[in-house]
Amino acid sequence: MGAPQRNLRLAARLRNREATQPRIVSDMKQSAAVTVRAFVIELVVYTALVVAYFFAVLHFLGGWLFQLQQHHRYTYAGVAILLIIGQAVVLQNVTTFLLRIIRARTR
Amino acid sequence: MDFPISQSHISPIYLAVVGFLIGVLGGFFGVGGSFIAGPALRLMGMHWNFAVGTDLAHIVGKSVVAAKQHRALGNVDLKLGLLMAIGTIGGAECGAQMIQALKRAGSVDVVVSIVSIAVYVGISTFMIWESGKTLRQTKSSKAAPTEAQKKSDPSSFRHVTRAIQRLKLAPMIKLPVSGVTISLWIILLVAFVGGVFSGFLGGGAGYVRMPSMVYVLGIPTHLAVGTDLFEIVISASYGTWTHAIKGNVDILIALVMHTGAAIGAQIGAISTQYFAGPKIRLAFVPLPLIGAAIVVYTLLTGHKL
Repeated sequence: MGAPQRNLRLAARLRNREATQPRIVSDMKQSAAVTVRAFVIELVVYTALVVAYFFAVLHFLGGWLFQLQQHHRYTYAGVAILLIIGQAVVLQNVTTFLLRIIRARTR
Repeated sequence: MDFPISQSHISPIYLAVVGFLIGVLGGFFGVGGSFIAGPALRLMGMHWNFAVGTDLAHIVGKSVVAAKQHRALGNVDLKLGLLMAIGTIGGAECGAQMIQALKRAGSVDVVVSIVSIAVYVGISTFMIWESGKTLRQTKSSKAAPTEAQKKSDPSSFRHVTRAIQRLKLAPMIKLPVSGVTISLWIILLVAFVGGVFSGFLGGGAGYVRMPSMVYVLGIPTHLAVGTDLFEIVISASYGTWTHAIKGNVDILIALVMHTGAAIGAQIGAISTQYFAGPKIRLAFVPLPLIGAAIVVYTLLTGHKL
């Protein structure tokens, strides 16, 4: 392979790199913007769900849990652990599901 | 909003926001965040015994989520976590009995406040010293770090850690995931001390156990964070059980706080991938100090916000 041909190839590769670099930066910025937007939407939807959820929990379970705490301490202790673990698992699935759906829609 | 179990009146938005912040901290640092949660509940006029028990319950839920995230990232040493859970449960019961004794004596609020201030300030001071020293040493070494050095977890306390690891108190336990061989008794002692703090000051006591795992047992910081969270799931469940039986848990408050923590924990866990060990430890420093400042405020003024 001759030197002029090699130089031509090198020049073409450099031009190609210069052209793709701003595109990569722009793609990264776009991806970050999508993630932030998806996260904000998720937070709003999640907040609405959670507000409805804990008002329901306090309304329906409040009195029952109070009675349980007063008269059946061992049952209350078991129910308390089950409730908090159950809520943790459910909410994690809700947040993951919401984020997946919103990201797909935003894209 | 009224919470009949603890007979307190707290805004649910306040609880969810506090839970969110604690969730981010928990996912990032591998600590339960009780140095913020306890004082934050105390700030709303809750008695320490309820703040301790309720915080433990909330931490069970938060740690389940964060530990699952860390397990997926490969940051959990299951063998170490299970061994530590045994020591922690014993310590947690000891701490809970101390709270009961103080409750009977009528001095639970004052004594727990003073102990918590001393513990939070002590931990921050030690971590400022250690992380600062490690970062200075890393910067002053002029040679460019190799790939292996980048992946290692530098610590100024390494000589003490090695001396502890050399103690041949049978049975010796090999931890292949953490790359450490150490006496079972040292693991149990570290876990027991953490358990006492957990039962006495609330939460998972990650502020004691996470630094102990790094400096005493020599576990890499990322693994210490994940394993601590896994261990907290077991020990905090026991702590919740024993405190609930003693009438110190308001599960409704814990449920509301956890709604914020669930989303915060995901953000925190993902963030650990972008920071090196000493930087994580240095960023941890102001957090116990914030908790200490809140406790000083409630102790001096004697009233809530």
